[in-house]
Amino acid sequence: MSEFAFLYRGRDTTASPEQMQKTMEKWRAWFAELSAKGHIKDIGHPLEPTTGKVVKSKQKAVIDGPFAEAKDVVGGFTLIEARDLDQAAELAKGCPILEVGGSVEVRPIQKLSM
Amino acid sequence: MELSEHLFRREAGRMVATLTRIFGSDNLALAEDVVQDAFCRALEVWRFRGVPENPSAWLMTTAKNRALDLLRRHRTARTYEPELGRMLKSEWTLAPTVEERFSDNAVEDDQLRMMFSCCHPRLPDEAQVALMLNILCGFSVDEVAAAFMSSHAAIEKRVTRAKKVLAGSGKLFDIANASDFSKRLPAVQRALYLLFNEGYHGASPEAAVRADLCHEAMRLAALLLERPLSATPVTHALSALMCLDAARLPARVDGAGNLTSLFDQDRSLWDRQLIAEGLKLLELSAAGPELSEYHLEAAIASVHAMARSVEETDWGQIVSLYDELLAIRPSPVVALNRAIAIAQHQGPERGLEEIRRVANADRLGNYPFYHAALGEFELRSGRDKIAREHFIIALALARNPMEQKFFKQRMDVCGDSAPPRA
Repeated sequence: MSEFAFLYRGRDTTASPEQMQKTMEKWRAWFAELSAKGHIKDIGHPLEPTTGKVVKSKQKAVIDGPFAEAKDVVGGFTLIEARDLDQAAELAKGCPILEVGGSVEVRPIQKLSM
Repeated sequence: MELSEHLFRREAGRMVATLTRIFGSDNLALAEDVVQDAFCRALEVWRFRGVPENPSAWLMTTAKNRALDLLRRHRTARTYEPELGRMLKSEWTLAPTVEERFSDNAVEDDQLRMMFSCCHPRLPDEAQVALMLNILCGFSVDEVAAAFMSSHAAIEKRVTRAKKVLAGSGKLFDIANASDFSKRLPAVQRALYLLFNEGYHGASPEAAVRADLCHEAMRLAALLLERPLSATPVTHALSALMCLDAARLPARVDGAGNLTSLFDQDRSLWDRQLIAEGLKLLELSAAGPELSEYHLEAAIASVHAMARSVEETDWGQIVSLYDELLAIRPSPVVALNRAIAIAQHQGPERGLEEIRRVANADRLGNYPFYHAALGEFELRSGRDKIAREHFIIALALARNPMEQKFFKQRMDVCGDSAPPRA
């Protein structure tokens, strides 16, 4: 098994409360399914969407941000266990964020070669 | 922790009412943004952490913190509700004032205040109702459109215009002013009635029977019954109607998830307690001279509630109640229901005759139960093939899988001639 990070991008700011609740239920169901099949290494964490800092360059400049567009905001991440990248991508297809205009970035976690 | 059905929708209404009280009626959009943000955060956090012990409190606290944050950041830039403005400008009074607005009692008052604010006299009835459903009940424009059997564009226009009027009025409705309060009460009652119907008849594709919505309308109506000024005979009639109709909800869907018409319902499933409550309210509603449409609809529902079977139902009385209802509220849907009662009373041919006479029948063209009624009458008249054609149209117009299943089942009763080409 290999490990992957799922990065969830996008924030649906137009859905009705009823739709949001439905989406919530879908997330629960999706995580429950992944978990039942042993794919969840760490369910992960939500990221604060509107505040943050970026520290850059040698000058260690601290700037506010990243203020991404709603569709680009990374709202959280999960650590997934899957056979290979293809299976991980397949698993990501079930993510409810896809139904509301968001995306899942699937990134293999680099292994140390012995 | 499970989320109770429609929790977000209900909380949206509560939060917007309270936030608008804080930000002022001209900052409704800001209040809505704060609510949307609270839901987004809930989604982002709860999906990883699970639903908290008290999701309503979580949402309210999130909204409150965001409100405080905004008020601090824009202290000088915004105009607030005149009454609260001074309190919100000083750091000493800001937090306690906002805290107080989020207390349970204040939130309840704010809902009532918002209910009446939405029913601004400069707005036509339908706009008031649309606004109330949108702001106070957390319905999206699409959901309001489904409830009204109207288009997205028409409702969006109506809601946007209505919000402008609300903003333009400068302040929220003063619920302490008795004469204004009474003048606005009928529009509030009407909105609750429509909210109830949206739950009961469920035009939205998600679920046919949304008992929770009915209960929501009943809860808001109960809020009116709690205050002497709004606990009028008409409010009692409205609440009676809701109880008597809601009593039938447990029988509207059978064990296999099939929609069941009044004619086939297992009446032992009807909620006797709600019926008793409804009859009591109906009695209380007889206190004044006014005979409202709610009185008549409650009376019709009470005839059904007290009948042990379809056969034992006093259809003659139901027809005459529909006659009176049609006189007060001429609508094609009422006329359709009257035709159904006449068919029951005097046979399907009479029902067909009445249905053909419905004024504005073209407005019923997209209403699946209109075609279903035609189908039933034809079927009972022994014209299975014609009946089937009607159910095919009803099926095409069905708004959710449950309705589809229901019309499909009615089609099958008509025998299995080959389906017509599309």
